[in-house]
Amino acid sequence: MDLVVEGIAKAFWLLVKGDREVIRITLLTLRVSGLATLIAVVVGVPLGTVLALSTFRGREVAASLINTGMGLPPVVVGLWVSILLWRYGPLGFLHLMYTPAAMVIAQSVIALPIVTGFTMAGIGQLDQGVRLQMLSLGASRWQLLWILLGEARLSVLAAVIAGFGGVVSEIGASMMVGGNVMGQTRILTTATAMEVSRGHFDMAIALSVILLALTYGVTYGLTHLQQKGGRA
Amino acid sequence: MVIFLAVAFGSAATAAPAAREVILATTTSTQDTGLLDVLIPMFESETGYMVKTIAVGTGQALALGARGEADVLLCHAPASEMELVTSGLVTNRRLVMHNDFIIVGPPSDPAGIRGLTSAPEAFKKIAAHEAVFVSRGDDSGTHKKEKEIWAKASVQPGGRWYQEAGSGMGQTLNIASEKEGYTLTDRGTYLALKKRLGLDVLVQGDPMLLNIYHVMQVNPEKFDKVNGPGAKAFVEFMVAPETQKVIASFGVRDYGEPLFFADAGKNEDDLGR
Repeated sequence: MDLVVEGIAKAFWLLVKGDREVIRITLLTLRVSGLATLIAVVVGVPLGTVLALSTFRGREVAASLINTGMGLPPVVVGLWVSILLWRYGPLGFLHLMYTPAAMVIAQSVIALPIVTGFTMAGIGQLDQGVRLQMLSLGASRWQLLWILLGEARLSVLAAVIAGFGGVVSEIGASMMVGGNVMGQTRILTTATAMEVSRGHFDMAIALSVILLALTYGVTYGLTHLQQKGGRA
Repeated sequence: MVIFLAVAFGSAATAAPAAREVILATTTSTQDTGLLDVLIPMFESETGYMVKTIAVGTGQALALGARGEADVLLCHAPASEMELVTSGLVTNRRLVMHNDFIIVGPPSDPAGIRGLTSAPEAFKKIAAHEAVFVSRGDDSGTHKKEKEIWAKASVQPGGRWYQEAGSGMGQTLNIASEKEGYTLTDRGTYLALKKRLGLDVLVQGDPMLLNIYHVMQVNPEKFDKVNGPGAKAFVEFMVAPETQKVIASFGVRDYGEPLFFADAGKNEDDLGR
C-alpha cells in the first residue's frame, strides 16, 4: 500500500511542479482521444440514427456488425491500421506511422462502433408514436431528426462518454501504431505500461492516477451536459 | 479523414519530413534500463535527426527491419542478425557493447542451482525439480538465448512449471519475483530493477551467457524508403568514442557497477575473456 500512497503523492507533485514530460503526455492523451471521439461522433451519431430509423434489407446484419464492433479488440485494430500505414503499406506515402495522427485513426476506428451502437439503441427505443405525431404535425425530415436526437439526448451523450472512455483507456492500438515514442507519441496508457516494465511502480501509479483524474474530469463535463435541464 | 488528420496534426507529413526522421527498432532492455534516454538526445542534438525509438522484442525489431519498416536496429541476437546480413537485408553491422545474461531465482533456490557455472546444467536441474521457470516467450533476444540453453541441456521445457510471460524483460522479472520462479535475464535490466525484486543472482559466468549488442542499418539499396544517411549516422554515433565512454559509465552512479561494457572495434570472439 505504501506504493499507492507514494504514487498518489507523486502524481500530485508532478502536476504541481509542472513536469514538462508528464504535462505533454497528458495533453497529448487528451488531444488524441478527444479528436478520435469527435470523429467517431461526427460519423457515428448520424450513422446510428439512420440505422435505427431506416428499414432496408440487411439492416439486421449491419446492426449486428456495429454491435460486434463495440467490442473490437484494440490490438486487432492496431495491427490492421499498422499494416495500412507501414511505409510499404497502401497508405505508407502519407508517413503517418508512429505519429499522433496514426493513433487518432486507430482510436477513431475503436470509438466509431461504440458511438454508433449506443446512438442506434437510444434512438431505437424512442416511442414510435412521437415520430408519427411529429410527421402528422408537418415536421420536415430534418426537424424530425433534430427532435429525435433531442429526445434521445441522454443516450447520445452516453454514446460520447462510452466512446471517449473506450479510447482513452486503450493501449494495444496506440502502442502499436504510435510506438510510445518519447515526446512524440507517448500517452498516459503506454507510458504507464512502460514504467511498470521498468520497475518504476511509483511513477506508473502516478501516471495512472493522472489518467483516472483526466477521464473523470472529461466524463464529469459530459455528464453535466447530459443532466442539464433534466430529462427533455 | 486521413487528410484531415494530416492537416490537423501536421506532425509527420510536414513539420518533420521523412528525411529528418530515423526509426530505431530496438530491444526492450535498452529502453527499460534507461540507456536510450541518455543516448538518443545526444544523437539528436549532435546530428539534427529526430529518432523514433520503437522498443520491442528483438524478434519484432528484426522483422520490422527485414520489411524495411525501420531504418536502424539495435539488437542482441547475433545468429538471427547474421541471417539478415547474409540475405542482404541489413548492412553495416557493428559491435556496440555487451553485458551478460544471468539466471536469477528465489533466494530459497528450490532446484539448488546456486553457484553452478554451467547454464545448461542449471536448466537441467530446474526441469528435474519442475521448479517454476518464467520464460519471456516473445521471441526476443533473451528468449532466443533461453531456447539455445534448453537445447544444449537436451530438455524440451513444458508443463505447469514452465510459464511463458509473453512480455518484456522488466515485466517478466516482476512475474518471476511474484511467482518465486527462475528466469533468464540480462544483467542490466536485473540491476535496474533489483531493489523491487525478490530474486538473487544464482548462475553467472558461463561463456554462453554473453549478451552481445550490435547496431546495424537496414539496407537502403533494398528498400528505397529507408533513411540510409540517418541510419548510417546512428551507427557511426553508437560506435564513436564519446558515445562508447557514456555507455561504459552508464549505471555506475545508480547501481555501483556499469550495466554495459563498451566494445566498439573489438572482435566479438574476444569478449568475456
